[in-house]
Amino acid sequence: MKRILGRAAFFLLVLAIVAYTVFPFYWAIVSSLKGGAALFSADAWPSAPEWSNYTAVFQEQPFGRNILNSVIVAGSVVALSLCLGVTAAYALGRVAFRGRKALLLVILGVSMFPQVAVLSGLFELIRVLGLYNNLFGLTLSYLIFTLPFTVWVLTTYMREMPVELEEAAMMDGAGPFVVLTRIFLPLMGPAMATTGLLAFIAAWNEFLFALTFTLTDEMRTVPVAIALISGSSSFELPWGRIMAASVIVTVPLIVLVLVFQRRIVSGLTAGAVKG
Amino acid sequence: MVEQVGTIAQQRRRSAWLFLLPVLLTIAAVAGWPLARTIWFSLTDARLDDMAATSFIGLENYLFLARDPEWWVAVRNTLVFAGVSVTLETLLGIIIALVLNARMRGRGVLRAAMLIPWAIPTVVSAQMWGWMLHDQYGVINEMLLSIGLIAEPRAWTANYSTALAAVIAVDVWKTTPFMALLTLAALQLLPNELYEAAEIDGLGPVGQFFRITLPLIWPALMVAIIFRTLDALRVFDLMYVLTGNSRATASMSVYARQQLVDFQDVGYGSAAATGLFLVIAVVTALFITFGRVRLGAEPGR
Amino acid sequence: MVRLVAVLVALALGTPASAQVTVAISCGAVGVEFQLCREGAETWARETGNRVELVSTPAGSTQRLALYQQLLSAGSADIDVLQLDVVWPGILARNLLDLSEHVEAAELAPVFPALVQNNTVDGALVALPWFTNAGVLYFRRDLLEKHGHAVPETWAELTETATRIMQAERAAGADRMWGFVFQGRAYEGLTVNALEWLHSHGGGRIVDPDGSVTVNTPHAIAAIRQAAGWVGRITPRGVLNYAEEDARGVFQSGNAVFMRNWPYAWPLMNAEDSAVRGRVGVALLPKGGPDGQHSATLGGEQLAVSRHSRNPEQAISLVRYLTSAAEQKRRAIIGGFNPTLRPLYQDAEVLAANPFFGELYDTFLNAVPRPSAVTGRRYNQVSAEFWNAVHAVLAGQMAVEPALDRLERNLARIGRDGRW
Repeated sequence: MKRILGRAAFFLLVLAIVAYTVFPFYWAIVSSLKGGAALFSADAWPSAPEWSNYTAVFQEQPFGRNILNSVIVAGSVVALSLCLGVTAAYALGRVAFRGRKALLLVILGVSMFPQVAVLSGLFELIRVLGLYNNLFGLTLSYLIFTLPFTVWVLTTYMREMPVELEEAAMMDGAGPFVVLTRIFLPLMGPAMATTGLLAFIAAWNEFLFALTFTLTDEMRTVPVAIALISGSSSFELPWGRIMAASVIVTVPLIVLVLVFQRRIVSGLTAGAVKG
Repeated sequence: MVEQVGTIAQQRRRSAWLFLLPVLLTIAAVAGWPLARTIWFSLTDARLDDMAATSFIGLENYLFLARDPEWWVAVRNTLVFAGVSVTLETLLGIIIALVLNARMRGRGVLRAAMLIPWAIPTVVSAQMWGWMLHDQYGVINEMLLSIGLIAEPRAWTANYSTALAAVIAVDVWKTTPFMALLTLAALQLLPNELYEAAEIDGLGPVGQFFRITLPLIWPALMVAIIFRTLDALRVFDLMYVLTGNSRATASMSVYARQQLVDFQDVGYGSAAATGLFLVIAVVTALFITFGRVRLGAEPGR
Repeated sequence: MVRLVAVLVALALGTPASAQVTVAISCGAVGVEFQLCREGAETWARETGNRVELVSTPAGSTQRLALYQQLLSAGSADIDVLQLDVVWPGILARNLLDLSEHVEAAELAPVFPALVQNNTVDGALVALPWFTNAGVLYFRRDLLEKHGHAVPETWAELTETATRIMQAERAAGADRMWGFVFQGRAYEGLTVNALEWLHSHGGGRIVDPDGSVTVNTPHAIAAIRQAAGWVGRITPRGVLNYAEEDARGVFQSGNAVFMRNWPYAWPLMNAEDSAVRGRVGVALLPKGGPDGQHSATLGGEQLAVSRHSRNPEQAISLVRYLTSAAEQKRRAIIGGFNPTLRPLYQDAEVLAANPFFGELYDTFLNAVPRPSAVTGRRYNQVSAEFWNAVHAVLAGQMAVEPALDRLERNLARIGRDGRW
């Protein structure tokens, strides 16, 4: 009897957790399917679901273009930070040299910069480089938070690699670059997939830099586009459309997360637990 | 032979710096330079509309900052926000992780569901919650009314007493999964034998948790807490979207941005931003000192 | 519907490429506003043989101002012609061209004088008025008739009428009914609303044109105290986080008797899916008391030319075209935008499209400007201090007197004791 009660309590707890995490997203979907005045009622399911909010999102602004921008920016951020990160991680993870610990601390320090603290300086830099309202300017600015993280996590992985591998290669006369590209890179595949995924999500979700360093609708990324969706006059706030856009951009992320959940978990673990 | 080893080690050190160079240059450009500019601006009277006519004024901005009650309100808000939300996230995260660690069907699905809030962009989740917390058509009021917990619709984001709590609630929703997953990962590394031994010793589940589980996951938990705290201290978009510039919830980042952009006071805003940076640095140092965190273990085993 | 494309290039017809320049304009962001601007700018381009590029900027005014400040302070030529909120000329003046030499006196004669004055900073005319705006009172005609009340003349009457109707309606089962909604969020809109309360009581304009701070007077105290009395009684507490659209949402779903808002809400009230269609009236905002006055805060948009423009001549020409009588008339008829030229308020076609333009002509003409001219580039700070103080009182965080005491001290400090 006590066992059954315990089980029941346990399942209630699980149910509560699921409801708590999933409900807001469910509510966004419901709201996005309501049109006009129905939006202002709290029905659990719209009496007449309609897709007009979804079509409107694409018709009234270059939302397709915004999604493409986000993909381009997040993709190039991932590529760049992995390239730079893996070489740095090799140096930090495999070579004992003076100042190594200090460097790791500096890199950790950079990852705790508040974004506002670098906003005006970064804006100057981006203008000097002629990258204002340019996707590459965004890519560059995102490195500020993806790079420390990538270096940090990859260094942890790098440290785990058996030292025999490297010794054997060096006996054969291979230089550090060959060791890195031929020996370690193939083995780092899973680790790089994990960190890349996390960097992708971070870049995909960024708001403040994207708001500050782009000017035109065509150059905006998805979070800014959503925050700036507005109705047919400057005071209107179309909740239905905002919710529709939110659902559109969240679904790919959820799919990504579902497919890669094991990788994400192991990446988070490596970044934080063994740091 | 000894000589040769020495040269190889030297060579390795040299190439290590070569390998580090691109990253260091990038970080210097996108982080070091802007931060240096901000610190310089904080010592001047620069204004956004007339950056040419800037003059050095020493620590005047900082003195003014220290005397501004609103800055201290923002500091208090930020500390309360970070303290409460990280505490709640840690507690809830541990509970959820323990549940997920139990052997049962559908654990994968459950874990995936957990990740949803974390994957949604902050701006989007702030909008979603703003809509759910709306005083007139919000579904949360509707639900609480129907089960009789409140007698009339509440204005969650408007009341001074509940606005900060509402912001914290959204943050807890969004980042508890992060804490839960980290805790779960640490839990799964624990050997089963420990618990078998504990059962023989007659320790109950509660005793097991406090005597065995907690001490073992403590280091992992501590690092997770540090990362979360740093994030929480910088919070910006949640407040910005949910409650605008309202003083009831303004964080240090919101305050700094308002001075910097809305009031065009680059000098003063930079001082506030530097102040925020200092607060974060101090908190990190405290955590590392008192949390017994190991940083940068020796390379290559 | 309008296709919202950020950069629209209007093709000039058959003019030699060498004579063409491209003028980038930022005006409106969405819907009718954007469409009208595009049509107007493209017509200008066709007639002058130039090209226009429409830069769509954020629709939220705070974000747009931040963007302008950033661009202008960086000396960017990305935008030539900028659409400015009525309170921005003082903030941005340093980076805007003086238009007074390029505009003839006759052209300015029919323009609302308050707007010309508003756009003149240190003797320089930095922007031309494009359309104007002023706060109005929306009321539920059907409810007033049903319960036998007249349209309130004073705030005290409004309070009483709202209370009575709200109680009667709630007793009859409409338990969501409220008396009065306005914009009470801690943002610029609260400054707009509270200025109306202050001014209608004879309480000054926050900072008067001579630089003196007038927030701590018996009139101001009475006005703010009255407003604080509404919250939780005839106004939902949620109003403390309401902007224009939140207030409209409540009123338009039939849950409020009165609402303070801009004229933009009128066509929406009468749209097909509106729950209050055909049952809404528009009136002047109430007076502070028998000896008070009807006050409405001035809103609206101006057009200005960036100092960093590479083609100032063409940019000025575009601004003059868009603010001309013909273009303003077209915008009034199609989009309901209030003209800034006095003669258009007697134009039969304009009045046919917007019946209340005639009745409310005095409101628009005499709207109260926020103290942006005198406070110049510190306006945003003044406004933030003001709305924060009022917000604290409305929320019951502070009593009226200490809040206004502190506000007065803070404003004196920001304004260096009236010198600004």
